[in-house]
Amino acid sequence: MTSAEADASDLVADLLAGDHRALARVITKIENREPSYRELVSQLYPHTGDAEVVGVTGSPGAGKSTLVDKLAKHYRARGLTVGVIAVDPASPFTGGAVLGDRIRMASTVGDMDVFFRSMSTRGHLGGLSTATADAVKALDAFGKDRIIVETVGAGQSEVDVVKAADTVAVLVPPSSGDDVQMLKAGILEIADVFVVNKADLSGSDKTVQELRQMLELRGDDGSRHDGAEPWSPPIVETVARSGEGIEDLLEVLADHHEYLVASGALEARKRERTAEEIRTLLRDDVSALLEDELERLGGIDDLVDDILEERTTPYEIADEVVGPVADCLEERH
Amino acid sequence: MSADSQQRKIRCLVAKVGLDGHDRGAHVIARAFRDAGFEVIYSGLHRAPDEIVQAAVQEDVDVLGISILSGAHNTLIPKVVEGLKEYGAFEDTLVLVGGIIPDDDKATLREAGVAEVFGPGTPMEETIAFVREHVHERD
Repeated sequence: MTSAEADASDLVADLLAGDHRALARVITKIENREPSYRELVSQLYPHTGDAEVVGVTGSPGAGKSTLVDKLAKHYRARGLTVGVIAVDPASPFTGGAVLGDRIRMASTVGDMDVFFRSMSTRGHLGGLSTATADAVKALDAFGKDRIIVETVGAGQSEVDVVKAADTVAVLVPPSSGDDVQMLKAGILEIADVFVVNKADLSGSDKTVQELRQMLELRGDDGSRHDGAEPWSPPIVETVARSGEGIEDLLEVLADHHEYLVASGALEARKRERTAEEIRTLLRDDVSALLEDELERLGGIDDLVDDILEERTTPYEIADEVVGPVADCLEERH
Repeated sequence: MSADSQQRKIRCLVAKVGLDGHDRGAHVIARAFRDAGFEVIYSGLHRAPDEIVQAAVQEDVDVLGISILSGAHNTLIPKVVEGLKEYGAFEDTLVLVGGIIPDDDKATLREAGVAEVFGPGTPMEETIAFVREHVHERD
């Protein structure tokens, strides 16, 4: 065992023993992509798979954080332990971020059995979904019964983030047709449950109606899973601030989990996710390898010069860089 | 940038502890930290020391900046430091205090484990430079 492996083992042992600090450190290492993080996640892997993971997404101001707070409170009332990963955008200019979701966690503040972690999107690019999925694994291995992943539903990378969840709840604030429009742009498809939050505001009936229409308009049976039976996403009305409708939502979430298990969709999703994980890792690793190779070829700037001065093209360079890798793989088989 | 290159960021918790409700200073420092490229978690108002500790431990912050204007710093700050020690987080956390602290108390707070006290009118650059310089190295 190398010393790096031994360090990782110590930290993992502490985490598995229920040390909050160790859990926090592991998530930091995952986020920072420290050299040891792969070893850590590998060692955590066998201890995962027991948590039910719920993704919560929706437009800014839809009430995600407040809803997550209430969900956590209700889970705790049932004696379940909770982990939360809340993702907030980072400034593209400074890379800094104010992560404000924690303020809303008023109902469970002081309760260490709710482990709340704020994450920024940093410069992760495609890596954000890897980082959040690995952080979920850390919480899972720690023994959390329920894990909530909260993210602003905008853009592909954030859609990828909630894909790490077994069940995805999409929040829609009432009375703005615009929000339903937003849903058309790809978020509709990922919802297992729609939550019309702030249902005490006028216009929520109309929003429920519009959603229902859109679901009907989709024309399929409402199922996007490989499971045998279809699942059509229910629409739940809540007022997160007062806690109204949260019990209903919990029931629907439980129903969906039951459906996932019974239909085999849980297994199918897990397979799909694992396959995606492999692909993402390969992409990242190969691209890191080639990045190094670019340096050896004189750096990307020189190559760009070559292209701009019309000596070569991006395609030729790609062929040149990837060629040896392809040859190498060819030889192996 | 390759996805596997390290991406360490300085993480800060800006916390309001106790009963005072003046958070303008906390907001200003939170923004300044963000603009300096830090990741900032803001606690919200009226936090108890153990809530601050919970947040600092779970978020694994490098810097804990406590804003306090109520005069209760001699009671509240040591409680926060105690809590951090209990979770083994004190050694890794740079504890700063901002607000109105009488000179006599500054030494007491430093003894209690506070790295530096920043009074009203401290230029942002000074605080940020202090953080960059003194943030603890992690293994």
